[in-house]
Amino acid sequence: MEDNVVLSMHGICKAFPGVKALSNVDFVLRRGEIHALMGENGAGKSTLIKVLTGVYEKDAGSIVLDGSEAHIHSPQQAQDLGISTVYQEITLCPNLTVAENMFIGRTKKKVVNWKEYEKKATQILDRLNIPARASQELSRCSLAVQQMVAIARAVDMNCKVLILDEPTSSLDDKEVAMLFGLMRDLKATGVGIIFVTHFLEQVYEVSDRITVLRNGELVGEYEVEHLPQVELVAKMMGKSMDDLAELESIGQKGAVSEECVYDARELSSAECRPFDFHIRRGEVNGFTGLLGSGRSESVRAIFGADRVTGGKVTMNGKAVRISNPHDAMKHGIGYLPEDRKRDGIIADLSVRENILLALQVIKGINHPIPRAKAEEFADEYIEALQIKTASKDTPIRSLSGGNQQKVILARWLLTHPEYLILDEPTRGIDVGTKLEIQKLVLKLAEEGMSVTFISSEIEEMLRTCSRLIVMRDRKIVGELTGDDLTQAQVMKTIAGGDAS
Amino acid sequence: MRLGKKASSGLGQLVIPLVALAILIVFNLFRDVGFFSIGISVNNSGNKVLTGNLISIIDSASELAIIAMGMTLVTAACGGQDISVGAVGAISGAVFVKVLQGMGAITVPTVIVGVILCCLATIAFKLFNGTLVSVFRVQPMIATLILFSCARSIAYWINGDAAVQLNSPIISAIGKTLPGIPIPTPIFAVILVGLLMFLVFKFTSLRLYTQSVGINQGAARLNGINPTAIKLISFVLLGICVSVAGVIGVCRLGQLNHKTLLVDIEMDAILAVAIGGNSLGGGRFRLSGSILGAYIIQMLTTTLYAMKVAPVNVKAYKAIVIIIIVVAGSPVVKDWLTTRWNRLRAGSARANAQKEGVS
Repeated sequence: MEDNVVLSMHGICKAFPGVKALSNVDFVLRRGEIHALMGENGAGKSTLIKVLTGVYEKDAGSIVLDGSEAHIHSPQQAQDLGISTVYQEITLCPNLTVAENMFIGRTKKKVVNWKEYEKKATQILDRLNIPARASQELSRCSLAVQQMVAIARAVDMNCKVLILDEPTSSLDDKEVAMLFGLMRDLKATGVGIIFVTHFLEQVYEVSDRITVLRNGELVGEYEVEHLPQVELVAKMMGKSMDDLAELESIGQKGAVSEECVYDARELSSAECRPFDFHIRRGEVNGFTGLLGSGRSESVRAIFGADRVTGGKVTMNGKAVRISNPHDAMKHGIGYLPEDRKRDGIIADLSVRENILLALQVIKGINHPIPRAKAEEFADEYIEALQIKTASKDTPIRSLSGGNQQKVILARWLLTHPEYLILDEPTRGIDVGTKLEIQKLVLKLAEEGMSVTFISSEIEEMLRTCSRLIVMRDRKIVGELTGDDLTQAQVMKTIAGGDAS
Repeated sequence: MRLGKKASSGLGQLVIPLVALAILIVFNLFRDVGFFSIGISVNNSGNKVLTGNLISIIDSASELAIIAMGMTLVTAACGGQDISVGAVGAISGAVFVKVLQGMGAITVPTVIVGVILCCLATIAFKLFNGTLVSVFRVQPMIATLILFSCARSIAYWINGDAAVQLNSPIISAIGKTLPGIPIPTPIFAVILVGLLMFLVFKFTSLRLYTQSVGINQGAARLNGINPTAIKLISFVLLGICVSVAGVIGVCRLGQLNHKTLLVDIEMDAILAVAIGGNSLGGGRFRLSGSILGAYIIQMLTTTLYAMKVAPVNVKAYKAIVIIIIVVAGSPVVKDWLTTRWNRLRAGSARANAQKEGVS
């Protein structure tokens, strides 16, 4: 058993000013296993990965790779030792070909024979069953294939330990299955794979072992068969499953007010076809459908984020014109975008400034919010949403994903919107925060706010929404309420089961 | 948890320029104690004025400090620099002189009209730049390259004569000193523009808007900010700065020379922004840093002249010092320094804890 170990980390400690990120964490990876690293945001997963890949320098502890102590001080060194990482965001060059991406920066020769490399790349792609051509420009491949090319590149560099950091976040089910196929192939060749993800089902589908971290400490290492999903969640959160059960029961199924807050007829934008949509006061509804079905485009049209090309919109019975985000905000609509990093956060600004931004814009550039008031607002929402940050002047960039999302949520709650659109508010964040956000949505609706909720996880939508609008191929294909709100019915509608 | 970046967002941004300034001052004190001595003399128009290197440094850096402020705003909002400020400054000067000539007499009202018209003309040119940058998304350097290369010709067309003389006590009052006040007027111009900026940022939330647009234009738009408008505003404010600098430049010499007025100032202005610890990629900014940068550049020049370095060589020596300042302020060195500093602190904290444990 012991000589099967490829990597063992022992007693790893790492502290940042004011935060103890890792204390005395052990981690053992065996040859040819897929080992899931689980934990909530801020549990220390990323820090552990970064220590292993030489991005951070550890304060204490030892790393043993292949039986000998490894001193890793830079990502390059980690790479040379056979530790490769593939991140959530693709870190390749989209404008180069697949082959170029696989070999760039790895050749010592001054003159490179790309024909030869293309041949080599084709062999590797074939061996790993990756559906891409070596001469193809990378940007023409789907996200999943790009991800797989990144893995192929990593693996080809004589890799012993492969780290996959949230590789499935932006993939749909079919692509995930493809990726898992590749992971199993690699496992068979003896590579040890560390798999970091937030998707519980995926962990159970593909991993052999699970290591759980919480608050920078090791909770334990488990074999997948011996750890039921419910217990895993409990271990990650450090509390019982009552919360989840409670949520199941409070899900919004009851009647909501008949008063229509927002109503659109034949609304269309540069990115989506005309559609009808309405939401009542205190209602939580949702758009569902596969990635690319047009659900995000629809809510972007409602908020005026894309160029609106037509349609009649009434709010509370009055005709309004919403042609840009500013109009929408003026009319009491808030929008939490799908891509937090690209569209949500202003990375270099402080938590306080990020919270205040939308309210300030609604008030107008000529009416700055006084500093004292701003501090007060920031404190209030950091407290209310339990945002974990060193201070309110910390740049939002240095917060964990879930806490960044809470800041953006705080930004919109502060404006007291009548109608709040949340596009994938729970993507890439931990289970605990997910539950918090779902509960919050339901509480807001109870207080009279209308919420449109979009999520890739159908269970989550079934828990929160009282009405689901199902989309396929950029068209609304169905609307489910009441007893139809079941996973089976949603799947059927998405797949076109009700069409004859 | 990037420590270096965290340091650059607060007051820490000013550490490098302040240290650079302190070193320059100490160096000069060792070299020649009398370098900073201030005297009083009587100038040509019979005014008592303060003289000395210090006064001359602060005085002659005025145009640079003013333009550096505007450059900081454009940099922050657009993530690029305006390289046409010197050349457009020549247009400002030309318009100012043309208006005065057209009205026949140099009196206080005509000078005020001249300043206003030259300000409007400059803003118009800057709006042209701003439109290219914000509406047509041309890179700032390319968008301003056009005026960089042709603005001095335009200045020539406006006012064909190569060297127009302006002989008037009002002009010298603007360019040199006001009667009865021993401090050069351009220094007051810097204070005035600085105050204007301070009030703008105090009574509007332009800083938040500008920084948001500079850091993440897309997210700013989704929060209801109009990035186009914010970029145009930054160019308008730069336009005001450039016109003020142009007028001072003309009045200082009492003549208009469209070839030499504010020549090469764009590079020094960009440098002042960088020395002040502002990112040339846009985003967070500090006007005080850029102003400090301007005075550092000027003090460096004056020091070199005082050391009798031949004018031909001054630029080379300047370059060496500036390379040192810029490298000292670079993220790599900053990160390195912060890590060392933290380790040092952690070490001493541990030692203290041990001591306490023993006793």
